[in-house]
Amino acid sequence: MTKSELIGRLALRFPQLVAKDADYAVNMILDAMADTLARGDRIEIRGFGSFALNYRPPRTGRNPKSGDKVLVPAKYVPHFKAGNELRERVDQSE
Amino acid sequence: MTLTKAELADLLFEKVGLNKREAKDMVEAFFEEVRNSLEAGDSVKVSGFGNFMLRDKPQRPGRNPKTGEEIPITARRVVTFHASQKLKTAVEHLKNGSAAKP
Repeated sequence: MTKSELIGRLALRFPQLVAKDADYAVNMILDAMADTLARGDRIEIRGFGSFALNYRPPRTGRNPKSGDKVLVPAKYVPHFKAGNELRERVDQSE
Repeated sequence: MTLTKAELADLLFEKVGLNKREAKDMVEAFFEEVRNSLEAGDSVKVSGFGNFMLRDKPQRPGRNPKTGEEIPITARRVVTFHASQKLKTAVEHLKNGSAAKP
């Protein structure tokens, strides 16, 4: 499923809204989620999962082409942890 | 502050002009559609944000950390999230200690 398919499915669920509203809502939700992480805050969606940031300390890496040492600075990377409901529904082996 | 469904619904009410009921239902439906897709075995690709992918993990040996007893961890399907380059770039600048702990 792509973002445009997601918008299409939501538009079908809300026939009383104009299709543009589903598009606007999806982009608003995603922007708010990205902005939250960019501020260093967490996202917690009950039944879906949580997004947080993991710290990566600085390290010396190597340019694989030239073999030169390069300092890779410390950074944060986004991390998602699936919530109970999502985990159980996805795992068909249950 | 932590972002939750309540804040997202407030945003749709204020900025998109949905009524309170619709805003709450829209947020719920958004995550339900993503869950439905993943449950059906179909990954979800959100350009500019990231991809929710499925991984089938084989059974592997495990241990009860309390008792030391060996128990197999059964084969399972799990969701993994891969942030887009845009999202990665948006968070990497944060200073150590400034971000909320997972």
